[in-house]
Amino acid sequence: MTIKTLGDVKIPPVDEILVVGATYSSITESVSSITEAKPTRNWYLVFCMAASVMLLLFSLIGYLFWEGIGIWGNNNPVAWGWPIVNFVFWVGIGHAGTLISAILFLFRQRWRTSINRSAEAMTIFAVICALMFPTIHVGRVWVIYWTLPIPNQMGLWPNFRSPLLWDVFAVSTYFIVSLMFWYVGMIPDLATLRDRAKKRLRKIIFGVLSLGWRGGAKQWKHYELSYLILAGIATPLVLSVHSVVSFDFAVAQLPGWHTTIFPPYFVAGAIFSGFAMVMTLLIIARKVLGLKHLVTIRHLENMNKIILTTSMMVGYAYACEFFIAWYSGNDYESFAFLNRAFGPYAWAYWIMISCNVVVPQIFWSKKLRTSVPVMFVASLLINVGMWFERFVIVVSSLANDFLPSSWGYFRPTIFDLGILFGSFGLFLTMFLLFAKFLPIVAMSEVKGVLPEANPHHPSGHSPHRESVGSITG
Amino acid sequence: MAQIFPKWTLKIPAIALIVVVFLGANAVGFIWYYGSPKYTDVGYRPTQPVPYSHKLHAGDLGIDCRYCHSGVERSAVAGVPPTQTCMGCHKLILPDSPKLAPIRKSFETGVPMEWVRIHKSPDFVYFNHSMHLRAGVGCETCHGNIAQMEVVTQNQPLNMAWCIDCHRSPDKYLRTQDKLTEMGWIPPENQAGIAAEIIHTKGLEPNDNCSTCHR
Repeated sequence: MTIKTLGDVKIPPVDEILVVGATYSSITESVSSITEAKPTRNWYLVFCMAASVMLLLFSLIGYLFWEGIGIWGNNNPVAWGWPIVNFVFWVGIGHAGTLISAILFLFRQRWRTSINRSAEAMTIFAVICALMFPTIHVGRVWVIYWTLPIPNQMGLWPNFRSPLLWDVFAVSTYFIVSLMFWYVGMIPDLATLRDRAKKRLRKIIFGVLSLGWRGGAKQWKHYELSYLILAGIATPLVLSVHSVVSFDFAVAQLPGWHTTIFPPYFVAGAIFSGFAMVMTLLIIARKVLGLKHLVTIRHLENMNKIILTTSMMVGYAYACEFFIAWYSGNDYESFAFLNRAFGPYAWAYWIMISCNVVVPQIFWSKKLRTSVPVMFVASLLINVGMWFERFVIVVSSLANDFLPSSWGYFRPTIFDLGILFGSFGLFLTMFLLFAKFLPIVAMSEVKGVLPEANPHHPSGHSPHRESVGSITG
Repeated sequence: MAQIFPKWTLKIPAIALIVVVFLGANAVGFIWYYGSPKYTDVGYRPTQPVPYSHKLHAGDLGIDCRYCHSGVERSAVAGVPPTQTCMGCHKLILPDSPKLAPIRKSFETGVPMEWVRIHKSPDFVYFNHSMHLRAGVGCETCHGNIAQMEVVTQNQPLNMAWCIDCHRSPDKYLRTQDKLTEMGWIPPENQAGIAAEIIHTKGLEPNDNCSTCHR
């Protein structure tokens, strides 16, 4: 990193590596033009594939509603099955978005600016996929409103003592706050698109979406404050949402679930998997959309460091569970964990360990954590590993509980596989629409990390500029 | 740059908010009131194949409920009497009444009468008559004063909140064993004390766990 000096006055290094050779206008141009140009052939191609997979999902769900959840592999003793595995997987994916947008914002980690918009979008789409699974898992989806505390004809409230209900509140709160955070953060950029719009329809659409943003000083003041408040509201959610999801398991008395380590373990796993997913998507997006100067190697390297850290946390949790299983002296607890590692689901367990604990260790090497192909493969493997983590937790504990006579082996059906596959189609379709029609990088924020945005920069708008000149001159 | 929207559009958000809140509150209120079994089910009085009068049999003649609904103390379902139970009396009493023609036909052919069920609970509810009788819940508490009904009518909503209310505080309803089939029962003055003793001596735990009713 070069430190520009003008005589004796040192100009602070304003994260120059975060934006390579960009100016105010080039940022606006490169981000806005993505949304203004006609979709490319490649975009249509990928979109059609993703949308077909999404349609497959919708038709499978339609068949599910018609036929009932018997088409899945869920049955006693594994009544939760794949839908809940997928639910926890998708909720976890979402967490990186909130971490990047809220916590890194509060800690003034300005490297977040190029990636926060797409990470938040990913959060919202992941939470939509997540919410879908418990909704279809209830079987009679037309009475899903029973999960909400609405006065109803039965004269009943939901069971407030059940962690499953806490989950409804946690995840829906998470969805609403993430959506608001994403949207409020996007308002100045939507106004930029409105102002650049040529056609009337486009003007109206972005005019409605930008809620009358004019970019006046007072609006910026309100905007910055509300963004800060939303970041403050969203920050505890990063920790609370997956903690509450973990209560679904930890509050039950099943060996392998009934563990006090679950909340922090789930949160670490969620951030871990979320960052891996952001990585996968950003590596593709920065290449396809030509955003390498905004999403630089330094962003990717920072994310790899977080992946390495959270991988170690998750690895610690795996070890700790085994230690407690032995230390507690509880036969059922020790069996549950030995059964995970060496029982009928050992294959899933060792996929989980190798993808989540072993693979990320390569990021100790600076060379590997700055190599795009290496991190792309690693991020895919981590996503696989984290799905298997949830599979191991949900399925292996339920399949072999206290009573050997009720043991079973879970086998997914073609519909389980199809709906999981289809959920990726839904996710990708939404992400592609976002990447094409909305500003994928937070233009107004990235401008803030340009060297010119620093009041002490010689080419900045600061009144000091003249005095700097006079000192050196 | 020309304005994209005319000024009146500024009112849209406020109006939309009011409309959404108004419609939402109305939808909830509508389902809450008109969807409730208190509205849809209480007062259900289907026409039966024979104009059987509970008022005459159980009220005026004073036949005990259990003479016909004989399973009520021993099984989950109280049971609708077979034609033979009717004919036990009606062989001799009004043997030629035209109103009883379907009963005589059923008796001769062996094809059971198709009475219309009034009190229904869903398949996922495990309701057991014998347990409730043993605990001391009278027939009238759920079915109303049958002895006054010419045609039986559903008297209680039978929704889950109604079940739960009694499971949480049954003391207003518990009777001693000799009063179970009494109609027009008026709680004695020391009802609270009697109920407390019934709960204590029988060790009743009418809890509201899910698996109590949904097994």
